[in-house]
Amino acid sequence: MILLKLTWYSLWNRRASLLLTVLSIAISVALLLGVEYIRKEARHSFMNTLSGTDLVVGARSGPIQLLLYSVFRIGNATNNISWDSYQHFARHRLVDWTVPLSLGDSHRGYRVLGTNNDYFRHYRHGDRQALALAAGKEFTGIYDAVLGAEVARKLGYQVGDAIVVAHGAGATSFTEHGNKPFTVAGILKPTGTPVDRTVHVPLEGIEAIHVDWKAGAPVPGFEVSAERAARMDLQPVAITAFLVGLKTRSAAFRLQREINDYPREALLATVPGIALAELWRAIGQFEVILRIITVFVLIAGLLGMLTTLLSTLNERRREMAILRAVGAHPRQVFLLFVLEALILAVLGTLLGAVLVMLGVQLAQPWVAAEYGLHLRSWLPQAGDGLLLLLVAGLAVIFSIIPGMIAYRRSLQDGLTVRI
Amino acid sequence: MNVIELRELRFRWPGQARAVLAIPQLTLQAGEHVFLRGPSGSGKTTLLNLLAGILKPQQGELHLLGQPAHRLRAAARDRLRADHMGVIFQQFNLLPYLSLLDNVLLPCHFSARRRQQAGNVQASARHLLAHLQLEPALLQRSVTELSVGQQQRVAVARALIGRPELVIADEPTSALDADSRDRFLELLFHEADAQHSTILFVSHDARIARHFPRVLELNEVNQA
Repeated sequence: MILLKLTWYSLWNRRASLLLTVLSIAISVALLLGVEYIRKEARHSFMNTLSGTDLVVGARSGPIQLLLYSVFRIGNATNNISWDSYQHFARHRLVDWTVPLSLGDSHRGYRVLGTNNDYFRHYRHGDRQALALAAGKEFTGIYDAVLGAEVARKLGYQVGDAIVVAHGAGATSFTEHGNKPFTVAGILKPTGTPVDRTVHVPLEGIEAIHVDWKAGAPVPGFEVSAERAARMDLQPVAITAFLVGLKTRSAAFRLQREINDYPREALLATVPGIALAELWRAIGQFEVILRIITVFVLIAGLLGMLTTLLSTLNERRREMAILRAVGAHPRQVFLLFVLEALILAVLGTLLGAVLVMLGVQLAQPWVAAEYGLHLRSWLPQAGDGLLLLLVAGLAVIFSIIPGMIAYRRSLQDGLTVRI
Repeated sequence: MNVIELRELRFRWPGQARAVLAIPQLTLQAGEHVFLRGPSGSGKTTLLNLLAGILKPQQGELHLLGQPAHRLRAAARDRLRADHMGVIFQQFNLLPYLSLLDNVLLPCHFSARRRQQAGNVQASARHLLAHLQLEPALLQRSVTELSVGQQQRVAVARALIGRPELVIADEPTSALDADSRDRFLELLFHEADAQHSTILFVSHDARIARHFPRVLELNEVNQA
């Protein structure tokens, strides 16, 4: 007990210089906890890019590829699926709702997604949050467009603006559907998902801009005006994919098997959660690297502590001689240094945890407004206790060096006060 | 009982050819006030470290309070020092980060025996401080604000708390002027006598010798 008291008073006496040591440990611990937090949040947000959807259905390829083009809007579908197949499953007795997705066009680098108003009703992200409009309204006419938050912000669009859709997915496409511009009807609130980077238009709109096209190019001399196209039969022949919501979730695997075995067309149904987890495993390697880096940062912080402890050895020689004189064993002198390091490490870790907690609290409203991501508050968890143990353990290991030096010196110096 | 008893003691620092100390015989009896005079480099510090149980002689016998310190392990010798000895240094006796009272009480934390013998440790410390003419008002001050003379008297209180049998003082008056020095000695003697503590006072300053009934010249005692 007296050692603890001595350590504490001795530390308090040198508090000005030790504050920096505690701060450097705190910052490295905050970094470690922060990275861990961001890792979990990134994973959480990624896994919830699409929620509330039981199956994603597209032409037969791989589940990850299907997820990439239908949900993340990366890459292209190899094949479309027929409207008939879509209708067949849309009317299936197990199915509650479906949302058709039709991809292939773009606007200034952003994907254009053909769908219908069910998309706004059924698409869920995060903790089953629905899409919400920041301005305007959903589709009312076939040339209406609803923009994702990022599209509107980056390109500076407002409700009422006209946009021209380009054929193909490239950022600089030369073939545009210039004769049939869309009008911005609504702008969505940020979601932190690929929805923010998508231009949504009605399926009929996609059909309308392609009525005078054949094999990916406009047919010369056969131009149909926007007004005439709107009056034509715009039921699509094919779509790219569709989302399925079931009446009972437990039926997901049954319907999945049925879709995969559908005899009239080669289809693929995937459970988004499983495919998302698989995709995360593939791209989540950065987690390991982040962790390794933060462990090095922590070691750097503790090395700073070691330097401080070593630099005080000389000025504390008198202290050691006095303690020896009143009966302290060199082992106790050694323990003083271990205790000192332990206290610094624990204080640093606690301060680091407070920094992370405050940091997350401060960042929450900003991140929610800017990126539509709802950050969960940071609270210490069982794993963080392990971190505290790790920091304390490393601190003790590091303190062995100055402790041993003090031990040997106090053996040599004895009662001789050297200043 | 002999507080200190040396027989045929020899001590040599590791790596050195010659012994620094070779003392055929030296005895201090309980309650004695002994002045040990020796110039710097005469092995004074080494002898003090031996008597305090920090160092161990390579040859000969060293009995401290009836115990064979030459055969005891380091931890047992530390215990002996904690339980039975008070040490006063030349200067800088106090830990700057402890209060005056906590400095005095320090030995009681390292020795159950001293704590027991002090009884009510707080009262005992205040009592000693009052006898050493340190006003209660000083207790609130930081020890770094005390004068050198006051610091040395606090060191005496620390050396005496819990009635140790032996007080080893290593040039405690060298930083004091003549008046404070005489007063310091007077107080030290008075309090040590009150609890029958033996004093071994080491100094190079021959002028202090007249205060002591027994004076030893290290050069004569040490035959190395």
